[in-house]
Amino acid sequence: MLGSSTFRHGVHPPETKHLTETVPVRRMPFPDEIVLPLRQHAGRPARLLVKVGDHVERGDKVAEADGFVSVPIHASATGTVKDICLWPHPDGSMAESVVIAVEKFSPQIPRPRIVPQWEGLSPQQVVEEVQKAGVVGLGGAAFPTHVKLLPPADVPVHTLIVNGAECEPYLTTDHRTMVEYPERVQFGIRIMMKALGVDRAVIGVEKNKPDAIARLRETLPDDLDVSVLPLTVKYPQGAEKMLIQVVTGHEVPSGKLPMNVGVVVQNVGSIACIGEIFDTGYPLIERVVTVTGPGVRKPSNLLVPVGTRLRDVLEFCGGLTDDATQIVFGGPMMGAAQPDLDTPLIKGTTGVVVLTKKEARSVERYPCIHCGRCLEACPVFLNPSLLGTQAQAGRYEEMEAANLMDCMLCGCCSYVCPSHIPLSQMFALGKNMLRKRQAAA
Amino acid sequence: MTATRPATGSGGGTDLESLTEIRLRIAASPHLRTAHSTPRIMWNVVGSLVPILAVATYFFGPSALLVVGAATLGAWLTERVFGARGSTRDGSAVITGLLLGLILPPGFPLWMAFVGGVFGVGFGKLIFGGLGQNVFNPALLGRAFLQAAFPSTITTWPVQPENWWALRGDNFALPLMSPSAPDVVTGATPLGLMKFEGVSTPTADLMLGSISGSIGETAGLLILVCGGYLAIRRYLDWRVPASIFLTVAVLSGVLYLIGPDRFPSPQFMLFSGGLMLGAMYMATDMVTSPVTPAGAWLFGIGIGLLTVLIRVWGGLPEGVMYAILFMNALVPFINRVTQPRVFGHPRREPRGAES
Repeated sequence: MLGSSTFRHGVHPPETKHLTETVPVRRMPFPDEIVLPLRQHAGRPARLLVKVGDHVERGDKVAEADGFVSVPIHASATGTVKDICLWPHPDGSMAESVVIAVEKFSPQIPRPRIVPQWEGLSPQQVVEEVQKAGVVGLGGAAFPTHVKLLPPADVPVHTLIVNGAECEPYLTTDHRTMVEYPERVQFGIRIMMKALGVDRAVIGVEKNKPDAIARLRETLPDDLDVSVLPLTVKYPQGAEKMLIQVVTGHEVPSGKLPMNVGVVVQNVGSIACIGEIFDTGYPLIERVVTVTGPGVRKPSNLLVPVGTRLRDVLEFCGGLTDDATQIVFGGPMMGAAQPDLDTPLIKGTTGVVVLTKKEARSVERYPCIHCGRCLEACPVFLNPSLLGTQAQAGRYEEMEAANLMDCMLCGCCSYVCPSHIPLSQMFALGKNMLRKRQAAA
Repeated sequence: MTATRPATGSGGGTDLESLTEIRLRIAASPHLRTAHSTPRIMWNVVGSLVPILAVATYFFGPSALLVVGAATLGAWLTERVFGARGSTRDGSAVITGLLLGLILPPGFPLWMAFVGGVFGVGFGKLIFGGLGQNVFNPALLGRAFLQAAFPSTITTWPVQPENWWALRGDNFALPLMSPSAPDVVTGATPLGLMKFEGVSTPTADLMLGSISGSIGETAGLLILVCGGYLAIRRYLDWRVPASIFLTVAVLSGVLYLIGPDRFPSPQFMLFSGGLMLGAMYMATDMVTSPVTPAGAWLFGIGIGLLTVLIRVWGGLPEGVMYAILFMNALVPFINRVTQPRVFGHPRREPRGAES
């Protein structure tokens, strides 16, 4: 086992998961208002189907998929379309959104099944239903799940990897999902394996979640080759490329996809979601979110309707402490700070982390002293020190030659930098710049 | 087209007063950082030099403190006057001054030590753009300048007088006057004795420091301990001193086996002259050493090789300074050729013309 259960380099930020790791998932009451951005996934935004004043039932489509790499958006509560307008989006922009005034005293009960029973569906039909149900990766990137289920015919896929690493500090979303809904995870794996036509699945879970590993092992199916692989606790163990290397021993070639080494990786939350839609017949309209951090009074794991505003979630969790100063969607390593309490939680929101002045402090920046810590942290073996110098001079072509496009923006370099240089921020800018230039060329 | 959202957050009665009043901080991820900081590294290095300075003062008397103080003052003032605003706080100028002082003879005129400090920081660092930009170790560049400017003074090694309080030479010589200290008896350093007279010094004396030599270079064991502390705290890269020591030990070991009467023993090589201080504190200067782990090994091996070459076959008794300065110049090249293979790239990448 020596060294086989992890990757090289990486960092060990404080895990800080104790706040919520034993707190059961609670369903949050329906808020008065739901905000559904049409862009909640990677790919093209959904196309609007409703107009102001329309009545929508919980589960109704408010927007439809616009092309293959796109998914529909469903109403997460029964109510009336109050407005269609630009609204603060978790990515920092203003995005076209459907505002639904939730009907008070509505029973919010299930309508007839929207997603059919799974039995008897062909793989092709499963993929269609997954798209129709609006399922996206729930690990943060929100890539439409059905796209991953349709690898080209000439690319053989043999293994499904279920990503339950959850290496970001604070977050316990996947942890609680695995502990509380292991059957749903196994059901989702069964459907995915059938759809993909693979005969092996591996669930990777970091060793700091022994209860999740135990629950998954208890519920393993007898008739399928599914196993649980405990992983070393290290960030970014949950990065797709790192996980694939640990499970298969192969590196995904630069610029290629996991399917090029014969695997498909799905976040465990997305798998549970697939299990859920075929179980309950509901599309993706709610998700598990960890609301945590030293700045929130009652850290919780919540089942929230998609589109619930940050304000309502925080209020349900007892509000903020007096020294709360920063709110992050996602984990603290890669998540985005939110400026507006009206921002809705969307399909890809894994958690809400509220930091206080103690953690989120401004630090003085110093020149790079070439200490090499970033090189020893970078999980893809780049030279962040060199890239940082190039970024400061705006030499993007040189950054490309230094393999900037292999950077996955995990933030390890910024995390360890003693001079507090915002390396990963500079690299995000550089990558955008290079993409724009390529698009223009 | 769509309208912008209403100015108020609507939602009858759900607004928390406390929530509307807080001011949210926005920053790019990651939102966590280690407690490390560049000044913390620098001041730890300064702290680890204090015992070395204390022992030097024990052996060489107040002269040691005076010379180190003058060099540090020169370095610090230069940073203060010509450096970026607030840049003295990062501690790097103090390190340069301390290290320069520690590699000067105890009887060195103070004004020369001061000029060395000014030159080291001014021309060794600030002229390149300040901290992080310099090619050569500033302290060594300061010493190289002094060696070129005052070749005889910098090789004047006073013997230990009876009285601890007595100055070890002409510390208070006036600027531009050649120091003349007829009452000071000079004694050769162990390396000088070896080079020019073929006399070896007991290893125990070399390790403990009761010998003639530069202020901070004589107590080999203590330097090992202080540097070891920094290595354990990861404030220096252990690969650099390890590879230097290994190279010197192996190379001089082979020579010693060939001709024990002609070549010094490995333990003499390791503990004499500036090798310990140079390997632990000069070569490990993060700014002027390679960033890649493989590069650190190459760099150290190069320094070890050059040091032995100069000591054994060169015209000078000591070669550590030039060995390090020479390897400093190669660092950009070493960094480039030791770049690790990027994840997901082929094992052997055909490298064409690279910028």
